Amino acid sequence: MSEQRNGHVRIGVYICHCGANIADTVDVKAVAEYAATLPGVVISREYKYMCSDPGQELIQKDIEEHAINRVVVAACSPTLHENTFRGAAERAGLNPFFVQMVNIREHDSWVHSDREAATVKAKDLVRAAVMRVYFHKPLEKRRVPIHPEVLVVGGGIAGIHAALTVANSGKRVYLVEREPTIGGHMAQYDKTFPTLDCAACILTPKMSAVRAHPNITLWTYSEVVSVDGSVGDYKVVVKRKPRYVHEDLCVGCLQCIETCVYKDSKFDDEFNLGLSKRKPIYIPFAQATPKVVVIDPDACIQLKTGKCKKSCMEACVERGAIDFAQKETYEEIHVGSIIIATGFQTFDPRRMPQYGYGKYPNVYNTLEVERLVNASGPTSGQVITRDGRVPKSVGIVLCVGSRDENTNRWCSRVCCMTSLKLAHLIKEHTGAEVYIFYIDMRAAGKGYEEFYQRVLNEGVHFIRGRVAEITDWALDPSEAGKLVARVEDTNTGFVRRIPLDMVVLAVGLEPQPDAHEVQRMFGISCSLDGFFLEKHPKLAPAPTYTDGIFIAGLCHGPKDIPDTVMQAGYAAAEAIALADTGFFELEPNTAYVVEEECSGCKTCVPLCPYQAVTFNEEKQKAFINEVLCKGCGTCVAACPSGSIKQNLFEDEEIYSEIEGVLAYA
Amino acid sequence: MEDRPVSDKLSTSVQWEPIIVAFFCNWCTYTAADLAGVARMGYDPNVRVIRVMCSGRVDPQFVLDAFAHGADGVLIGGCHPGDCHYVEGNYKTLRRYHLLRRLLRDLGIEEQRLRLEWIAASEGEKVSKTINEMVEQVRALGPLRLSRRFKEWDAELASLEAEAQSEEVVAHV
Repeated sequence: MSEQRNGHVRIGVYICHCGANIADTVDVKAVAEYAATLPGVVISREYKYMCSDPGQELIQKDIEEHAINRVVVAACSPTLHENTFRGAAERAGLNPFFVQMVNIREHDSWVHSDREAATVKAKDLVRAAVMRVYFHKPLEKRRVPIHPEVLVVGGGIAGIHAALTVANSGKRVYLVEREPTIGGHMAQYDKTFPTLDCAACILTPKMSAVRAHPNITLWTYSEVVSVDGSVGDYKVVVKRKPRYVHEDLCVGCLQCIETCVYKDSKFDDEFNLGLSKRKPIYIPFAQATPKVVVIDPDACIQLKTGKCKKSCMEACVERGAIDFAQKETYEEIHVGSIIIATGFQTFDPRRMPQYGYGKYPNVYNTLEVERLVNASGPTSGQVITRDGRVPKSVGIVLCVGSRDENTNRWCSRVCCMTSLKLAHLIKEHTGAEVYIFYIDMRAAGKGYEEFYQRVLNEGVHFIRGRVAEITDWALDPSEAGKLVARVEDTNTGFVRRIPLDMVVLAVGLEPQPDAHEVQRMFGISCSLDGFFLEKHPKLAPAPTYTDGIFIAGLCHGPKDIPDTVMQAGYAAAEAIALADTGFFELEPNTAYVVEEECSGCKTCVPLCPYQAVTFNEEKQKAFINEVLCKGCGTCVAACPSGSIKQNLFEDEEIYSEIEGVLAYA
Repeated sequence: MEDRPVSDKLSTSVQWEPIIVAFFCNWCTYTAADLAGVARMGYDPNVRVIRVMCSGRVDPQFVLDAFAHGADGVLIGGCHPGDCHYVEGNYKTLRRYHLLRRLLRDLGIEEQRLRLEWIAASEGEKVSKTINEMVEQVRALGPLRLSRRFKEWDAELASLEAEAQSEEVVAHV
């Protein structure tokens, strides 16, 4: 190999200007001149954009013409361009692991303003890298095979779209949904903005397609309970909760519901957010997929007491689908990658008591009104208040649980458009006067601004101001029996009191309540707001820092349906690409035991979370299984005799880095 | 290695500035530091970050070595408990950290010179806040610079030895 060409270490140092990003704050010329004086450095250059083709060619040429056998690139974060420069080295015939990057952008020029101090820091870091790279060894990348199967977690529109896309490419997909049906929040919506096409009409064909797809295994009423392994081979255990109905036997005739001993529906219907009632045996909604009934164990007399005449079973005697003895079962699957599409929850407006949600019956949230205006909803599409009146005036309050220091700081992105849509629908259904209380109207999207103009022209009243309070305290006869919104109209400068029959709170979107548990189970990260963290906010908004795990939809942050579908398609494309490549290259940063030095103390054995370290009783030495080792280095740090080494992070390398940054201390 | 040019601030004793060596785990804290950079959340330039895959890789000897080579403070950054990319490496770090602080105390090194902080990948602001706080704290403690003290102590020992020898010579005469 070329690194032995001259029998000794010849280091090339390359300082990147990154345009002005680095060069404005760090004296790159001085750093390069300084690097040239360091022992082992043969060539030291600075260049405007090291990552550009000419920049990489510079390195390649030096390797070929000047027999450079170690490369130090001081530029951006290694997470960005380490692979770029390793590739350059490889093309010139040098083992790619002879490249060391120095982060003088994210960790230096972008966070410091004192040019002198930033330059000193850059020199220190470059020196550390030069000293470190001296000890680098040629390594081989490890390749792991990829199981072509893909797991999709969550059956809302994101999960549905991702599952269909992957399945259409010919790969097996497991779609796991916690609820008894797929469809997610979108199934609850009436119309979609800005086109006002009916949500069910566009969603339910996709739901049926999932059910019918030969490549999709659909597990509803199921939850992922454990995830092991890593990219290429994740071992996933899925718990299938008992619905007390055999999915393969039920044909969805719903006669069991008819004959249930409960003559009246008396339990809150979750799908309609408690605005209607259901029986203990029920189907979430007409187009539920799979169209299989489910029995609520907290409501069913047979499941609670065992003393019911089981009229449902009688109704189903021919098919025998109902089975009260059903127990939860567990399925174990192996998949190559995972798409997480676990969605969101809406903000609970009880956290803002000034708006009277839960106190005044005629204060609703947007999701409830979606059900009210829906023709198959609890009121068959009639907008009537809880006391049975058709409202003459309706107020929609924006930014409830969004853009608020006291609750959530982020903009939930969809509430402005949802409110415009509901304003239009309420007006259409009731002819009521509709007021929208807003801070800013945000209508960015294809056809969104036009829709805003349309609703403006329809005569909806827009009042710019954050509502202070919703109260039923009437100050004059016109307010009697009504709710009153107290608001400062910031356009006119007056504090106004607006009497309303119905108040709709445009609630913000939040991470699922168990998002943190999901995040931990899959080994991904959360942003500060609790939504899942993407690998890169611009260029990798579906991959995560964990290879082979992708995120799609609202679990990643508020977005509308088109954006959700796009991200789901992107996540699916990534999963397909991974499966089609067939392998994944891992960093060769695994640990190994130098047997001659191992004293057999076994300190390392219990430290490994992957059981990669075992003890060879015969030899009385520790042994590390390279396939199981993930390269954390915990055992290396614990070995009292220093006989465990970690590739790329060997003791000599780190010690020389320490010495390097402190050479002048 | 050769002497640092005079213009370098850190080398002049008049304007002493603390040097902090930081060991950041690749997945959480190093990424958070990248985020701090992208978001231009400025902080004191006194810190030198060394990347490790997991905070569990931080051998207590690394910390001692950093102090021995002249660091005034050492910062270890890892994922929050329960969030470790390697399941539980950060718990191992925590255990070592507590033992190490005790050891430092016995060695006469102020415990505050070593700090362990859980910083998630999204917490760029916490990187900048932690570093600034630590620089401030170490600045208040004053220089440790064991590397220089070693030299002073060596010199002192040598002079004592020389003195003793010359006394011996006198006695013999």
